[in-house]
Amino acid sequence: MDQPVSTDHPRRVEVPRRGAGWGKRLAPYLLSLPASVWLLLLFIVPMGVMMIQSLETCSPATGLCVMTWHWGELPSQVSLYHQQFITSLIFAAVATTIDLIISFPIAYWIAFYGGRRKNFFLIMLLVPFFVSFIIRTIVWEFILSNNGIVLTFLKHQHLVPSGFHVLGTSYAVIAGLAYNYLPFTALPLYVAIERIDRRVLDAAYDLYANRRAAFLRVILPLAIPGIFAAFLLTFIPAFGDYVNQEILGGVSNTMIGTVIQNTFLVNFDYAGGASLSVVLLAVSLVGIWLYARLLGSRTIEEYL
Amino acid sequence: MSAEVKAPRDVNPARERLLARRRRLGRYVLPTYSWLVIAYLVFPIAIMIAYSFNKVFTGLQLVSFSWNGFTTEWYRQWSNVPGLTSAFWLSIRLALVSTVLATVLGTLLAIALVRYRSNKFRGRVAIEQVLFLNIAAPEIVMGASLLGLFVTFNIARGFLTLVLAHVMFSIAYVTVTVRARLSGFDRSLEEAAYDLGANPLTTFRLVTLPLIMPGVLAGALMAFALSIDDFVTSNFVSGSNPPFPVWVYGATRVGIPPQVFVFGTGIFAIGIGFALMSIVLSRRET
Repeated sequence: MDQPVSTDHPRRVEVPRRGAGWGKRLAPYLLSLPASVWLLLLFIVPMGVMMIQSLETCSPATGLCVMTWHWGELPSQVSLYHQQFITSLIFAAVATTIDLIISFPIAYWIAFYGGRRKNFFLIMLLVPFFVSFIIRTIVWEFILSNNGIVLTFLKHQHLVPSGFHVLGTSYAVIAGLAYNYLPFTALPLYVAIERIDRRVLDAAYDLYANRRAAFLRVILPLAIPGIFAAFLLTFIPAFGDYVNQEILGGVSNTMIGTVIQNTFLVNFDYAGGASLSVVLLAVSLVGIWLYARLLGSRTIEEYL
Repeated sequence: MSAEVKAPRDVNPARERLLARRRRLGRYVLPTYSWLVIAYLVFPIAIMIAYSFNKVFTGLQLVSFSWNGFTTEWYRQWSNVPGLTSAFWLSIRLALVSTVLATVLGTLLAIALVRYRSNKFRGRVAIEQVLFLNIAAPEIVMGASLLGLFVTFNIARGFLTLVLAHVMFSIAYVTVTVRARLSGFDRSLEEAAYDLGANPLTTFRLVTLPLIMPGVLAGALMAFALSIDDFVTSNFVSGSNPPFPVWVYGATRVGIPPQVFVFGTGIFAIGIGFALMSIVLSRRET
């Protein structure tokens, strides 16, 4: 929502100052110039360069690229790696769904029953963020490894067969994604539920709604924007993630992020990597565009 | 909760039962569940802290999955892994530089966005959309596209490219954070300063800045946290001297020295300390 821009104080208008009009008119541009230039040169321009690069042919040995209008690169990369795209989509969707299911009740509880300790509980939700992303993932590798504490205990109790393993499977990757991105889901949900007017809920109960009806017809519909924000903020990073897959996964469940990273940093195939990134960006943009269409782009700020 | 305020005319036993069940849900089921989730979130961190005290028997001094006994050796020898220590200090310097830059740029942009509507500020809508895209876009694409840019224009990767990248992905978060605090800003205070003869710069320094300082600090903390934890973009744009997360990631292939967990524990302790302090302070204010 726009803050009303207050009109000039009458007394200031009466005293004409040379240059003041220009200064005032230029003020918004001068204030926004440094940040806009930074974002233009290092966010927008690189995206353009990437799109151009996806049409070039690069020499892996020298890293030099020549424009060849190689339109075939995009479809050939997609057909080569469509399996990894599908894997990423599935993993990210499953992890996001798990996160939504796990975090809805806790977000609800903190918002409705948190009381004075709300801030404390919110910090507990954010607690994973106080440990480096890489270290968090490595610790999960420890926990899930064959002689790590969980499997050792379970095998000792004969709850799982001795050949049972988690590391390297798709389950491990999804578990890692779900853990690492849980706060991204929980916070937007909390913000959305926090905002629900308790009186609306009381009205529903006064009108003889049972708990189920009150939840399905009052809380859930009012939390929809938060659910959508949570989905976007969790799904997109999880979709492009490769750290969880590289550390917790095996060779059979490669995600597209891993492929892009290797194409750039191991094979130095900039054209191929750029093509894959363009596709990844395009898929993400569908979600981003849908979000902006349905909720407006400004709303995302409320959920950060 | 507020549901206890009921109208005397309507004593509906079904509703009373419902309210009782609601109270039970709030009192037992949800808290138990929530504490379980919190335990799940804290669990790996507890493991990390525990393993930072784990003895190592192999000659390579790399962490092992099994528990070998308690030691404080790694805390005493925290700086014994040269690459790790220099990567850590690089991360600190990088976070400080990019935090300062991103906070200044982001705050100025936030002021422009709050103060001027689109009729006086052409391009405002475009900037807002860029901010939204910047927050929502997948990080790997931003990192990969920056690498493409640096390679195309032959810019050597190192500290400079890291700063360029970190400021880029922090600006939007700072702007959003500062703007949230700015929207409740009372413009009449500034007008009072003008009436008392202050010029715009003095007004900004003595009136505006002190008032928006909490928002600016929150934005700066956000930028610092983003920078120090960033791996995906940094991995694409760092040169031969990697920052802390990139170094740790590289080490996973050969095995990680226990000092990694010491650093992890240290960063965690400082971060959680700051967070709890801010809760205590905000409680005292209200």
